[in-house]
Amino acid sequence: MAMTIGEKIIARAAGVDEVKPGQIHTVNVDYLMSNDGTTHLTIDMYNNKLKNPKIADKDKLVFIMDHNVPAENPKTAAAHKKMRDFAKANDIKLYEGKGVCHQIMVEEFVKAGQFIMGADSHTCSYGALGAFGTGIGCTDFLYAMVTGTSWVMVPETIRFNLKGKLREGVYPRDLILTIIGDVGANGCNYKIMEFAGEGAHNLSISDRFVLCNLAVEAGAKTGIVEPDEKVVEYCKNAGRDAGDLFVSDEDAVFEKVYEYDLDKIEPVVARPDFVDDVIPLSQVGDVKIDQAFVGSCNNGRIEDLRVSAQLLKGKKVHPDVRFLIAPASNNVFLQALDEGLIDIFLESGVMVMNSNCSVCWGSCQGVIGEGEVLISTATRNFKGRAGHKNSKIYLGSAATVTASAIAGKIVNAEVIYG
Amino acid sequence: MDKFNGRVWVLGDDIDTDIIIPTEYLALKTVDDMKKYAFSPLRPELAGQIKDGDIIVAGKNFGCGSSREQAPEIIKHLNVKCVIAKSFARIFFRNSINNGLLLIENDSLYDDIKNDEGANIEVTINEKISYNGKDYPIHALPDNLCEIINAGGLVAAMKKRNGITD
Repeated sequence: MAMTIGEKIIARAAGVDEVKPGQIHTVNVDYLMSNDGTTHLTIDMYNNKLKNPKIADKDKLVFIMDHNVPAENPKTAAAHKKMRDFAKANDIKLYEGKGVCHQIMVEEFVKAGQFIMGADSHTCSYGALGAFGTGIGCTDFLYAMVTGTSWVMVPETIRFNLKGKLREGVYPRDLILTIIGDVGANGCNYKIMEFAGEGAHNLSISDRFVLCNLAVEAGAKTGIVEPDEKVVEYCKNAGRDAGDLFVSDEDAVFEKVYEYDLDKIEPVVARPDFVDDVIPLSQVGDVKIDQAFVGSCNNGRIEDLRVSAQLLKGKKVHPDVRFLIAPASNNVFLQALDEGLIDIFLESGVMVMNSNCSVCWGSCQGVIGEGEVLISTATRNFKGRAGHKNSKIYLGSAATVTASAIAGKIVNAEVIYG
Repeated sequence: MDKFNGRVWVLGDDIDTDIIIPTEYLALKTVDDMKKYAFSPLRPELAGQIKDGDIIVAGKNFGCGSSREQAPEIIKHLNVKCVIAKSFARIFFRNSINNGLLLIENDSLYDDIKNDEGANIEVTINEKISYNGKDYPIHALPDNLCEIINAGGLVAAMKKRNGITD
């Protein structure tokens, strides 16, 4: 039977020849990732709710501290200690202060064709390398940790055929926000978003990461870009093989097919408090900002920092704005140092943060106060997500955020380039 | 639990996990400590008004956002009998099942009841909801999901399957 990429990955993980949407299968999980948002809860359940528990395969587990790093209060410090001690006692890979969990997973572990679960909603990012990544809660994590398996209902696939190339000054963030604005915040609920076509192949791995990362903001179980030679090259440079590059069969069944011409995408922003409240940047009006943020698993990579540095070079952050930049990983941070980007940031008045979730998580760094306005490359802009419940978050590309930080209000980067 | 009645609280579309429980309260020690802040960005008084056995009715995409499992846990700890919505976000849906919180999808009840908060409805499991003399059919959940809910959550179901008793 003809299958889509996601169906092929589930079939492989379930050890069966074919799967169909709606079926429930038990799958073997290739990696299980958990961060400091909830790992302490999983450990509590493991220790207190189970009799003589055992970890099915420690080599499949990856623990990453990124949400509250470094710890900002004694409660977080205690949760971190629990995670650290458990990892040590059970010989589990542990990353602390090295970067945002999904960035580390893509840099270090993910291969095409893998089925990966993570205790974080943005685990769907791994489709950048042609893998099936999906977010779960800590009970599901516990179950998978002790059994090595999980249950999955096979979702339908929605295909996005992309053609052409994004114009200069337009970024994958603009593309995925446009798509989410079109389909709505639950437009792909429980579906697989599959991105394919020559337009998809024109995108870099970092660009693909941006698309897949926000799939959950359209409700999707995962987002996957049809893998190609760029995945092979990325994995080769990272010192690992690329895995199984599944593509959808020609007669595979899609629930819907959307066509997007990348040349026609314009810069956009998502308005508070919904990721699907998307408008063209040209229609945003006069919005003064108090804080700006470039970082997170969506836009903290070297490509984003280069865009910010290019805009900031020889300029200053607006005196009424705090501008925070957090590289998505230490590898990104080192590359930015090497390219002189960090010098540009510091000279222009940016606060450069350690590699962590930072402002996107809204409880550790750069929390905003009552009535304040933030423009951000964060993953979401829900009410109160970055601090006070009566604050406002706009989402946009690194270019839009950086230009706005310089102007003191939301503007198109063209205004800064003049 | 084939049939039950309950008083209805009405919430809107896209009730996200940061509304159900804001990030700043996740550091509190227990779910019971957190539950008084449930829905606080939207309706700070609501958690104190919800009584045992009440029912939440909402629009589309209930539970969208983060994978934080405290969201369904808190609703369960408020002793909400079930949540009925036009649709649920998928991670929240899984987390609810895994914690033994009953979720029911129905397309039309919300539109009819949204201006009648406090009304009483009757739910017949896997069959229908009755409100104001009208029946709203509901789908039966797949067997293996019923098994998890009836056992009281995924961990309990796993133990039951393996013949472990506490």
